[in-house]
Amino acid sequence: MDADRAAWEQRSVVRVVPPVEPRKLAKVPFVELADGRLQGVVSSGSDIERVYVSSITAGTHALSCSTNNNRPCGALHGYACKHIRMLADEAVLQYGMDRVARYLRVEVAEHGDLINSLNRLVERTPAAVVFSRFLRHLAYLEVPESTEPLAELHWFPAMGAVR
Amino acid sequence: MLDVQLGELGSGSPAGVDEALELVAGFDDALVHGFARIGEEPAAALSALAGALAASPLGDRIGESVEKVVAGSIGDEHLAALAGGRAALTGAVHDALLGSLDAALGRTRAAWEAAPGTGDHPDNLLAGCRVWLRELAIVGWRGVDHDVVSSSDQAIEALLAVPELRGLAVLLDGLAAELRASCPVSTMEHVPARRWADLWSRALLLSQSGPWNGGAEQVSGRLLILGADVHEHATVVRVQVHGVFEPAGGAPARLVRTSVAAAKVDTIVGPAVWRLMGGHPVLLGALAEHRTLEITDMPLLGGGDLVWHDDRARAGEEADPFATARVQLGAAVAAPVPPLDRHPVRIAEPVFIEGYTVDGETLELGGGNMLALDLDRLPSSTPLTPELVAASTACLGLLHWDGGRWTLQPIAVQATVKKKPVAVHTGDWAMGPTDPKVVKAEAKAGDAVAVLRERAGRLLRK
Ligand SMILES: [Zn+2]
Repeated sequence: MDADRAAWEQRSVVRVVPPVEPRKLAKVPFVELADGRLQGVVSSGSDIERVYVSSITAGTHALSCSTNNNRPCGALHGYACKHIRMLADEAVLQYGMDRVARYLRVEVAEHGDLINSLNRLVERTPAAVVFSRFLRHLAYLEVPESTEPLAELHWFPAMGAVR
Repeated sequence: MLDVQLGELGSGSPAGVDEALELVAGFDDALVHGFARIGEEPAAALSALAGALAASPLGDRIGESVEKVVAGSIGDEHLAALAGGRAALTGAVHDALLGSLDAALGRTRAAWEAAPGTGDHPDNLLAGCRVWLRELAIVGWRGVDHDVVSSSDQAIEALLAVPELRGLAVLLDGLAAELRASCPVSTMEHVPARRWADLWSRALLLSQSGPWNGGAEQVSGRLLILGADVHEHATVVRVQVHGVFEPAGGAPARLVRTSVAAAKVDTIVGPAVWRLMGGHPVLLGALAEHRTLEITDMPLLGGGDLVWHDDRARAGEEADPFATARVQLGAAVAAPVPPLDRHPVRIAEPVFIEGYTVDGETLELGGGNMLALDLDRLPSSTPLTPELVAASTACLGLLHWDGGRWTLQPIAVQATVKKKPVAVHTGDWAMGPTDPKVVKAEAKAGDAVAVLRERAGRLLRK
């Protein structure tokens, strides 16, 4: 085991970030585990111009949901609104239950539901931070293609599914 | 014959490689704990590195920098010298490995001719990168938390807007994503010390005065594709095509690489990534249809990288990459490696192998010679699977070296499936998947790129 560990630590190419699973993006275009939160953006069902910014904080499990214009979500009081539920469901699809639960530091019973495993503290986190991370995310799609040699990418071979 | 040649590679590392990598490991361990309060053991490791390089042209600067860093004075120039010293060691390891590989394959490699340095880059951007890299060196990987990672965001965003600094941008973005996923690193069981020190060192060298591609010659001729390698992290995908270039006018054929990289986000995965490179239909079409490419006045860099311009190429007749490999690969002249790119990780030498048997993850080459397969490197964006490799009788692959051994990454195989001969290449889906089951699954999942572009159109320019 020690030999395996030493070998892993002395390799240039190892998988550090587990691959994410593909999922439909229409309703929840953005999900991430970052800044100590599961956070993301949920499209409004009624207004195509509006999105909700929702998050669950790791450790405290505080819930937050508001529009991108910082208006609090009317459906969030005492229990998770549908936006937070959708965010949690999509996060589990994207990262797998294990990784999400570990990040949020929450115990989920086998075949259990993530949201039902949380306490229901509501604590608004600023939507602007998450929304600007979403815009930054979208901005990648506007970065032009490159045909430079980019030798750096030899450290990042595409890998198939974990076997 | 190749059996015996490759078999020779299995018998231990070339002289000096283990010793050089031991010095590198000492440095890497120092970086795990950070330079803020350097312990006895890391201090000794840095001194050993300085000692080994004392007689080199960098010797004095490295010696002085180690003294300063150990004494707690961590200046940019000291870190640059340390990164340079580490690069000299990994460069020497690269040269020894590639030399032994060339000898085993009987491959001729052109000599490096010093190319003039490339232009100047906005120094404020590079300075921003150096600030972050210095912070990482001070706190060490174990000291990295969310705040340390987030402080790289602005610098990376700025870099992405400068085409010449794209390499540094994708490097730092990949490193930041790994650190973010590992936060807080203090609680991580094992730290990928070699990998992160590699990335840190290269980033620090690139952020001195930008990349070092040097000058290019304009070339015309015919490119015969051998196959494609795919590189990817959350926010980038790149296809790198390996091929044999026949210069117009009859000069000897050369081994070249050419590539297209596209920015992406983590939720764009699998065969959908090819669509992001749709701005290069001639190259992707030739990959998918196995055609030659007629090239006119395209820049070829000293390191053998053809800087692809889709409008300076047109597809020619069909050409089977296996035929190209059988007839041309053995005699083609390989390109030299730019000095600062010399690192074992860059070794990706195309080879053609047949007459073997597959046992799990190993090729038995005959004569008792074995070669390990790297089946992790079969990307989900391609039709090449471990099952096809297991059923194969001939293989085009790339030889890599990591963790003390050579491995073969298949990029195309000839196999027998349901008693019928098939040939499968990593680039076969370059114009979209050809397997009806995969097409159906893709359609069902919806077009991630289109959904995000719609959202970007609505929300980004407000
Ligand atoms: Zn809500």
